[in-house]
Amino acid sequence: MPALAAFTADADLPVAVTARGVHKSFGEGQTRVPVLKGVDLNVALGEILLLVGPSGSGKTTLLSVIAGILDSDEGELKVLGTSIPELSSDAKTRFRKDNLGFIFQQYNLLPTLTAAENAAVPLIIRGLPRAQATARATEVLREVGLEDRVDFLPAKLSGGQQQRVAIARALVGEPRLILCDEPTANLDSGAGHKAMELLRQVGKRADRAMIVVTHDSRIFEFGDRIVHMEDGQIERVQQNHRRDHS
Amino acid sequence: MNYIALKMLYGDRIKYLMLLCGLSFSVMLTVQQGSIFWGLMRWSHSGISNINAPVWVTDPNINQVEEVKPLADTAVTRVRSVAGVDWAVPLYKGVLRARLADGNYQQISLVGLDAASLLGRPASILEGRIEDLRAPDAVALDQWAVQRLGGPQKIQLGTVLEINDHKARVVTLMRLQKTFINIPFVYTTYERALTYSPPERRKLSYVLAKPVNGVTPEQLARRIAAETGLGALTAEEFGWKTIVWMLKNTGIGVNFGTTVFLGFLVGMAIAGLTFYLFTVENLKQFGALKAMGTRTGTLARMILLQSFTVGVTGYGVGVGLATLFGWSFARDGGLPFIETWQLLALVFVAVLWICSLAGAISIRKLARLEPGIVFRG
Repeated sequence: MPALAAFTADADLPVAVTARGVHKSFGEGQTRVPVLKGVDLNVALGEILLLVGPSGSGKTTLLSVIAGILDSDEGELKVLGTSIPELSSDAKTRFRKDNLGFIFQQYNLLPTLTAAENAAVPLIIRGLPRAQATARATEVLREVGLEDRVDFLPAKLSGGQQQRVAIARALVGEPRLILCDEPTANLDSGAGHKAMELLRQVGKRADRAMIVVTHDSRIFEFGDRIVHMEDGQIERVQQNHRRDHS
Repeated sequence: MNYIALKMLYGDRIKYLMLLCGLSFSVMLTVQQGSIFWGLMRWSHSGISNINAPVWVTDPNINQVEEVKPLADTAVTRVRSVAGVDWAVPLYKGVLRARLADGNYQQISLVGLDAASLLGRPASILEGRIEDLRAPDAVALDQWAVQRLGGPQKIQLGTVLEINDHKARVVTLMRLQKTFINIPFVYTTYERALTYSPPERRKLSYVLAKPVNGVTPEQLARRIAAETGLGALTAEEFGWKTIVWMLKNTGIGVNFGTTVFLGFLVGMAIAGLTFYLFTVENLKQFGALKAMGTRTGTLARMILLQSFTVGVTGYGVGVGLATLFGWSFARDGGLPFIETWQLLALVFVAVLWICSLAGAISIRKLARLEPGIVFRG
């Protein structure tokens, strides 16, 4: 098993996520399937960490546990200084609302809302008046190059444009941790490349971390570190040469 | 979040219209059939409501107003002798046939009013004066009789008919509520009605009575029944007795009840199921909202808002369509259609109940929703 030090970010960077011995299983008794088998991981603020590995290696489960969507069975998990396992269900929901941004594989845009309204959803959830939320979302859409598509419904946008709306939605609430699940899985090579470039360009900040679960080796160059998972454990960590802390 | 909930609802127009159609159809059918049913029930006691008398004295075993059980002539004076009676007058009621000048016959419901007081007179006179009934051979016809006997071209003031081989001259046209058996009314004086009617030992159909001030119709009816041994009912009691008899003996209640129940059940089941499917199809979106930090309680409120919005809109459209039907086809009183606030309130409560149920089932599904669903491709 690799040494713990290998799974940590630069010691001089403030930590966004700390996981120690995180376990997670599904099912009970004989049907119990361990999915995470003692994961140790640090993610620093300011870095983009890619979580890669074959299907069933536990990447998405780890992402869900970090988001407080799934409860870990044992182990320590601190996200932005908050011990997630100690939070109640309501507190986890509040924590996600106030601190996390999400980019989903299927984008999960609401089909009946315009691009601006979709991007404004996290602010509306926080209770911001709709007009203010939509105005702020329109600014972010401009940043991601969709200023001429703000009033379009998702069905009228290409896959790449929908993903850019999803990126705007993840950024609009200024979260300190962004969790991305296979963000390029539904995009062709060029569009996927562009989406990651955009995410890195507008999303990467010194006070924000990004964890990207992906199968797509074409986007590995966009990560500061690449964590390879295998069978519920971290197998190795690859430090990327491309470093452009902003 | 309410805005998002409503956009989710209205945005999928096909599903929204399906939901709305199911609910509106169900509400319309229920209100329309319920109103027709109540209209028919009201028609069943038109014989009472068309004659404005607070207390009806009759045979103690009477079942309904059209089932006349004649009394002895002395019944009028016996009733007048009861303390608390302001007035008591005889009333003749019987089904006879009128013969027209062209030789055609038409069944009529002949009503004989006390000539001196004309108590029990109709509330609405269309042409002529009710007092003219005191003239020789005078009769009054309701609008349905005019229609049945050949229309306003044939039947006018002055038209002469034959009732049981006796001359009858139309002196008054009046507006009355149709009856369940749809036989038009012809009014005349009590004495003349007796001459028109075939020979019988007893001809007094009812005694109409009114209490003096300070005595309620209920009190007077109880007194008359106790002191004379006759049957005495207030107009309202007699009306309900007639309705109950109709429901028990005609099968109309079961018939309409089944239609209303099935229409309501099928419509609501379709609406409830469609709404549930609407929620299920939006589960991923709800999951995304939940993952982004929306509380389950907020999502539940969104679903209830969607459910009640569809429910209230469907109710409005359904009631509107039913009312439009009533206004179009029943405003002249030709069709039995009485839309009561009680029926509308009952249907509204039922719609709210269905919306709550559909919402609750959807919320249950949502509460169990694992937000991790959004991380699955």
